[in-house]
Amino acid sequence: MMRRFFLISVPYLWLLALFLVPFVIVLKISLSDVALARPPYMPQFDWATGIGAFLSELDFENFTWLTEDDLYWKAYLSSLKIALISTFFTLLVGYPMAYGMARAPQEWRPTLMMLVILPFWTSFLIRVYAWMGILSNEGFLNQFLLWTGVISEPLTILNTNSAVYIGIVYTYLPFMILPIYSALERLDGSLIEAAEDLGCSRLTAFWLVTIPLSRPGIIAGSFLVFIPVLGEFVIPSLLGGSSTLMIGKVLWEEFFSNRDWPVASAVAVVLLLILVIPIVLFQRNQQKQQEAEQ
Amino acid sequence: MIQFQNVTKRFGEFTAIDDLTIDIYEKEFFALLGPSGCGKTTMMRMLAGFETPTEGKIFLAGQDIAPVPPNKRATNMMFQSYALFPHLSIWENIAFGLKREKMPKHDISDRVDEMLRLTRLEKFASRKPHQISGGQRQRVALARSLAKHPKLLLLDEPLGALDKKLRQDTQFELMDIQEKTGTTFVIVTHDQEEAMTVASRVAVMDHGKIIQVATPDRIYETPNSVYVADFIGEVNIIDGVVTPNGEESYSLTWKEGQAPLNVQSPAPFSDGQKCHLAIRPEKVTINSEKPEGVDNAVQGKILDIAYLGNISTYHVELPSGAVIKAQSANTRRISRRAFTWEDTVWLSWTATAGVLLAE
Repeated sequence: MMRRFFLISVPYLWLLALFLVPFVIVLKISLSDVALARPPYMPQFDWATGIGAFLSELDFENFTWLTEDDLYWKAYLSSLKIALISTFFTLLVGYPMAYGMARAPQEWRPTLMMLVILPFWTSFLIRVYAWMGILSNEGFLNQFLLWTGVISEPLTILNTNSAVYIGIVYTYLPFMILPIYSALERLDGSLIEAAEDLGCSRLTAFWLVTIPLSRPGIIAGSFLVFIPVLGEFVIPSLLGGSSTLMIGKVLWEEFFSNRDWPVASAVAVVLLLILVIPIVLFQRNQQKQQEAEQ
Repeated sequence: MIQFQNVTKRFGEFTAIDDLTIDIYEKEFFALLGPSGCGKTTMMRMLAGFETPTEGKIFLAGQDIAPVPPNKRATNMMFQSYALFPHLSIWENIAFGLKREKMPKHDISDRVDEMLRLTRLEKFASRKPHQISGGQRQRVALARSLAKHPKLLLLDEPLGALDKKLRQDTQFELMDIQEKTGTTFVIVTHDQEEAMTVASRVAVMDHGKIIQVATPDRIYETPNSVYVADFIGEVNIIDGVVTPNGEESYSLTWKEGQAPLNVQSPAPFSDGQKCHLAIRPEKVTINSEKPEGVDNAVQGKILDIAYLGNISTYHVELPSGAVIKAQSANTRRISRRAFTWEDTVWLSWTATAGVLLAE
């Protein structure tokens, strides 16, 4: 009994220390007021005045502010849009790759899997910087296209939304490929044969059997891309231009440029609330999948 | 209805089907029987359209089917794994092929209901495949493959996953359904009992070749080779040299110290030809006294008894060291059995009991 309790308590303590406590701190800051102090917000908890006085100074002013300035909801919407579109593109690129991997000869599969995971071996930042080198006006891509004569003027890709999409698709591709691959790999080949035997062409068999049976993988992959992209900061700030509006960037600017910790915290809390919806949906998908396997 | 003409199929170096020619007739229940790896599944997959012959031609109703893709063939297949679509209900599984034909909705519904009735699955129509038992799944697979009125139904080890009792019931069901629908069935199996039970004709295969095609009784009673005799049921194989001693009658000299055996054979053999006598254990009679007026009788000692309930198989060792199996029905209770281990007994059989086979 004690042992079981101990085993269960470890993950809960972990969550408490590394999720709940920081969240409560952020929530508290979001309810505070900005101040020229260190740390730059008020009130600080003081034993002398007691908890009542401390709580009475907290308010929702910052959250109201988020609704008043249209920068914030535009940034949220823009983030949602970018996350949706890039998830779609990642799916578009990732599905054929996962399909190819699952159809590859058995002995190749570990190698292909390795190749998908290999980029994680180098720093994420270095890889994003590499994309800057590729996409800039004098970058490899433009040089190559000019050399082949496809274009006569260099394309402006870097510092636009296109560069952000390219960066996101590239970075998050493994998160899309792996769950789809694992769904497709388990797919019984005789199901496709059965579909063809019953009058399906290759394409209809794919549409009616392969796609529905890999749906849990598609959903899992899409959430694994969508959720982190929504709060993405590094890619839009390095590859995107001034017109690329994403909530992660706004958050960073509030925090470090404006030093308005309370507003930044409010932005973070709202972002978390927005993320709760897809996370719950993702969990439900995982659960359904597990039930189906039993 | 189906003709294989000199069909050869190679996978790289491996020859799965070797220059095979065979006819399968309409409304027949045809069984392809052989050990795993003999090419029987490859033959079926060629009929379904998942493999194409390397050489030779396959005709279905007079038409060369090599260029016809699987989805355009008037054949349907029941897969060994059943291959039911796990994301669709039983009803939708059966309707799957019909929907592809762009059949009107109420026709589909009628046909599916008919198939559900035929396979006694009405109650399970809305369930998913993982919510029903193995035997029910097998019937769904059958219903699905029959729904499109195929000219030819292919069954790949259809009963492999069922336990013995259920398998026997299902075998009779299959025969019933085949009779009712009048579809040509081709079944692939490695279970000789299954092939003998359901099929009207059996083809015994080995190493990509068909060794013998005949009705089950002919396969059993007059196998054309030691391989077939040995593969189907139990058999005693006696090696020896024949000398003709009358019309269709031969004397077989075998182990030293044993009297020659009298054998009748419609197939001609030359003097001094080496051959094998295949004789079924149930055609060998076991007696405690030397029987009178029999064609062949040998004396031996009981080495082993295999008790199978309804019958017992006696392994009798002859003085020459040869072991002959004899089977007899257990008409008496086991405590009153006439013979036991180490008993000296006489085995006898008629000249026509065995089949004489060339090397």
